Amino acid sequence: MLKILVFLNCMDADRITEKLNILADAAKYDVSCASSGSKRKNENKGLGNASNGICHSYTEDGRCVSLLKILLTNHCIFDCAYCVSRKSNDIQRAAFTVQEVVDLTINFYRRNYIEGLFLSSGIFKDADFTMERLVRVAKKLRLEHNFHGYIHLKSIPGASDELMNEAGLYADRLSVNLEMPTEAGLKLLAPDKSHQDMIKPMSYLKNAIIQHTEEKKLFKKAPMFAPAGQSTQVIIGATPEDDNQILHSANYFYKSFKLRRVYYSGYVPVLEDSRLPALNTSVPMVRENRLYQADWLMRNYGFHVSEIVNNQQPHLDLDIDPKLSWAIRNMHEFPVDVNRADLKMILRVPGIGILSAQKIVSARKFGKLNWEHLKRMGVSVNRAKYFITCQSKEFERRDLTGSAIKQFILATSHSKYNKNVPTQLNLF
Amino acid sequence: MTTLIYDGTFEGLLTAVFDVYAHKLGNVKLHQGEYLEGTLFDEKLHVVTDQTRAARVLKLLKLKLSTLGVQRLYAAHLAEIPGEDNNLLGFIRYAIDSPENIEEDYGNKYVMRISEIVRMVRREKHRMEAFIRFQKLRDGLFYAAIEPDFNVLPLLIKHFKSRYADMKWMIYDLRRKYGIYYDLHDTQFITLDFAESNRQTDIVAAYTEDENMYQHLWKNYFKSVNIASRKNTKLHVRHIPKRYWKHLTEKI
Repeated sequence: MLKILVFLNCMDADRITEKLNILADAAKYDVSCASSGSKRKNENKGLGNASNGICHSYTEDGRCVSLLKILLTNHCIFDCAYCVSRKSNDIQRAAFTVQEVVDLTINFYRRNYIEGLFLSSGIFKDADFTMERLVRVAKKLRLEHNFHGYIHLKSIPGASDELMNEAGLYADRLSVNLEMPTEAGLKLLAPDKSHQDMIKPMSYLKNAIIQHTEEKKLFKKAPMFAPAGQSTQVIIGATPEDDNQILHSANYFYKSFKLRRVYYSGYVPVLEDSRLPALNTSVPMVRENRLYQADWLMRNYGFHVSEIVNNQQPHLDLDIDPKLSWAIRNMHEFPVDVNRADLKMILRVPGIGILSAQKIVSARKFGKLNWEHLKRMGVSVNRAKYFITCQSKEFERRDLTGSAIKQFILATSHSKYNKNVPTQLNLF
Repeated sequence: MTTLIYDGTFEGLLTAVFDVYAHKLGNVKLHQGEYLEGTLFDEKLHVVTDQTRAARVLKLLKLKLSTLGVQRLYAAHLAEIPGEDNNLLGFIRYAIDSPENIEEDYGNKYVMRISEIVRMVRREKHRMEAFIRFQKLRDGLFYAAIEPDFNVLPLLIKHFKSRYADMKWMIYDLRRKYGIYYDLHDTQFITLDFAESNRQTDIVAAYTEDENMYQHLWKNYFKSVNIASRKNTKLHVRHIPKRYWKHLTEKI
């Protein structure tokens, strides 16, 4: 009897391993890994909490592994050209049971492998059916296992408001992927989908979040509702949108739906399709990186999107970052005196990040700062020196043009993407 | 130049500060340990750690610095980075001698250095919160071994206690030979007395029956989420330096 049990156990382990391989593999193209921005505390001596976010590991491509990111199933009724799980793709299919996902999450969490669960799914049967399963996993974790770790659920477009409401009560974050930056791009690759379908759950959740936040102010005991807010993802490089369109679209979603994050996922060619880039196309990693840099400038550095990209400047520079690019287009704003300028302007200097900008503003109350001070505070003086003056007789006296500065900086810095540059230069 | 010899504890450090002011010493050097050789011509002074004197200095520091500032000083001390004693002393003297709070005066070399040390310690603490891997043993205990660069174990208690409130766990610093143990109510410091050589095999022998399965599943998961066409080993190693690999289930 015991032998049979052990045998069954092994079967089980093998089957779970196989499912995990298939359903983790299918989920990995969703780049979000964030586990931050929530404020869920451990209650009643339960398991876990969620606050600042921790990357527990990093994949060999250097991405953060913070959550158990899996699909409930990769069976799907849709046939989106860019997606590995599309109906017409001949791949192995699998589906977890609710209990299997719960067990994996709890056991990984206890071993400190993860911050929580990111559960997405192919659409099986219909939107409500799928969403109901996702919600059931979250509910079970919260209510039966007293689990307070991070939960990110996909909102399935077309699911009922009741289910979306329940999802918000159990999850920390919800997300709907826009997939393509524009409606036209989406129509080309996923004729069955439209941005309108995605906007519906997004705006329902936006309003519900606002409402719950108001209630929470009045009643401390009011339940939390998606405390880590909403996010979305757009795939870049699969359709012909330029950076101007992508960033303006991102800006629109930040402003209109109060999204916490927009993720940009460089298209990884996985499928042969005449509408898509060929299979041997390389992943647009530099462009993806520049988009993230631009996104940070918009969210944290006080830049307006049209300062970064506009009709005259529809593409981000690939060889320099968008902040340096803005600076050399706006040389009339410089040099900035770090001992006098306000924080807003110091943040705009290439080579000065948020932390060093704050340090500068705090430290200069005690005395004037020189190059040595700036260097120790973490300022990249090699870049910043063309744009600032400080307590020193040494500063850039030549009246350099923007393009000269760009050449000087490129000559002295080694881009981590150097190996990618030659292929791009060949294009011109 | 006077050399102060102290015992390396935080109270010892504060007592040394007391002595500096009591004896009106100007130019001093701080040295950890019991004896000091080869400083024939310097004056030497042994600091006898004294709780009352330490408490008086701490009280003064709490007036001169913010609560966070005192915590940061303590974290910098805790790091036990060799040769930093004089920077700690310099920071404390600068704080005491200044009429206003100086903890944001990053133009000052001591303030800057303390801020650098705190950053290193915080990063190590954060790495431990990320890289600790518990292994479940038959008696229900979740055990993890670590070898951090700095002595960050005391800084980890709060995080792990509030996170894993419903299970018994132990984190053991193999390098400094002590650990913390949580018994579902409180944490305590412990030392284990067993031979270095067969420790890991002992642990494996004590696994629960599903421990190997979950380790195996985790390793598989780690492999599955990788995107080969985006491989970037340099970035990978920058995020997880190789010295941490031997305690990481997915990298063993």
